[in-house]
Amino acid sequence: MIEIKNLTKRYGDLLAVDSVSFTVGAGEVLGFLGPNGAGKSTTMKMIAGFLTPSNGSISVCGFDVEAQSLEAKRCIGYLPEGAPAYGEMTPAGFLRFIADIRGIAPGAREQRIRDVVMRLGLERVFEQPIETLSKGFKRRVGLAQAILHDPKVLVLDEPTDGLDPNQKHEVRTLIQGLAKDKIVIVSTHILEEVHAVCTRAIIIANGRIVADATPDELEARSRYHHAVTLRGDDLEGLKLALAGVAGVGEVAIDSEDKVVTAFPRKGQSIFAAVTRLIQDRKLAVSEVLLERGRLDEVFRTITQTGARS
Amino acid sequence: MNPVSVIFKRELASYFSTPVAYVFIVIFLVLANAFAFQLGGLFERGQADLRPFFDFHPWLYLFLVPAVAMRLWAEERNTGSIELLLTLPVTQTQAVVGKFLAAWAFVGIALALTFPIWITVNYLGDPDNGVIVTSYIGSLLMAGGFLAIGSAVSAATRSQVIAFIITVVICFGLLLAGHPLVLGFAKMALPQWLVDGVAALSFITHFTSISKGVIDLRDLIFFGLLIGFFLYATSVVIDLKKAD
Repeated sequence: MIEIKNLTKRYGDLLAVDSVSFTVGAGEVLGFLGPNGAGKSTTMKMIAGFLTPSNGSISVCGFDVEAQSLEAKRCIGYLPEGAPAYGEMTPAGFLRFIADIRGIAPGAREQRIRDVVMRLGLERVFEQPIETLSKGFKRRVGLAQAILHDPKVLVLDEPTDGLDPNQKHEVRTLIQGLAKDKIVIVSTHILEEVHAVCTRAIIIANGRIVADATPDELEARSRYHHAVTLRGDDLEGLKLALAGVAGVGEVAIDSEDKVVTAFPRKGQSIFAAVTRLIQDRKLAVSEVLLERGRLDEVFRTITQTGARS
Repeated sequence: MNPVSVIFKRELASYFSTPVAYVFIVIFLVLANAFAFQLGGLFERGQADLRPFFDFHPWLYLFLVPAVAMRLWAEERNTGSIELLLTLPVTQTQAVVGKFLAAWAFVGIALALTFPIWITVNYLGDPDNGVIVTSYIGSLLMAGGFLAIGSAVSAATRSQVIAFIITVVICFGLLLAGHPLVLGFAKMALPQWLVDGVAALSFITHFTSISKGVIDLRDLIFFGLLIGFFLYATSVVIDLKKAD
């Protein structure tokens, strides 16, 4: 359990995090979203105990991060942004160092390291200096370090940043595969990731929480939620036909993608009516898509207007 | 295992995992002996002692010790590993002390490797080995003082080059503090008690007094306080600079 109350961080005159409060319970995978400089990393650094809050309190596993910092740090696994490590060490030496400093018993140490190395596929590079490894492997070494002591709370600052699609997929699979009673906080600005791994998303902008909801709820806020997109040759004709369907509000043509999108009026469902229309009038349509809602659009709207949820 | 000793072990091993350690040790040994024999005239003096050898240590350390100290924290900050280190379950003091002790042990190893010169004088003559032992202790303490200063400076910057230069300048000032030239200037501007204070800060005065064979409690306290003060300063600077 993580409880954050009125968390504030000032750098001189700059208010990086402005009175943020939220609670995360066991089993939640919290996606932390926001534009660059919104205060995501600063918040995570304070949770991990690296930075001291200017105001407010953080409690992790029942320990106050400032007053009982060692106890709090013991129950957190933290991957800092960019997965820093000691480049001259090999993953073998590095993970042994982490195990020793985290107080993993010498008898259990090698077994524990083997488990983590298997899980992250580090066998091949186990004895190579970390500085010679590719970005993907470096990130995996960072993740291995974070989960080595099987922490209750995992704080990952942009774990997939700069990875190729395969590596991203692996990291996501890893997060999904973590035991269900853990708390995971992941920051990212890749929105597809939120759907893939998170049970809850917090969007922060200018140091404040502007949205706190499940990914589905966020998508429901999108203009595209339950909109229907058609692909065809005669876009103008399709637009005209769609405008006549009951429940359809606006119809927009995207000439670049050669699609036309019909937006429903608030609370209306138009998919059935549109498919019926296509069949009845035998419209030349090559593709029909029911939109779930576009997170990137919601993200832009929320963070740019800064409207509170 | 105690976190200080875990950090100590990791740091010390990291010195030897790059060529830097070996380059440092070779240069240290070559210069230490070259100074003693060429400039100090160890043979020509015809005396069985190591005075000419130890007399050059302050000047040798002036450039070599800051080169060891510069990476202590500047490198951690530059690579970001400081964030990893300080979010592990260790206190900041443990991290500062562990890293300092590793650097000190490293310089100690280099110093210990000068043992052939000790054997040489014992082979050639009959030196006062007690004086040589206290000189080694004094030399090691002085290196610790330089390192602690370097540690604090290194915590203030990401750049190892800047850390090196500033440390050299500060150490140079502290070396010369007992020099008549500096004291002459100080006398013109400062009251006598401050001049005495400046003179008391001199590394050379304290080192020379230990290397005469007398371990005076005041000299031990001087180096002890100096190291303690600058390690505390290191911790304060790390706190101040964390957010950068």
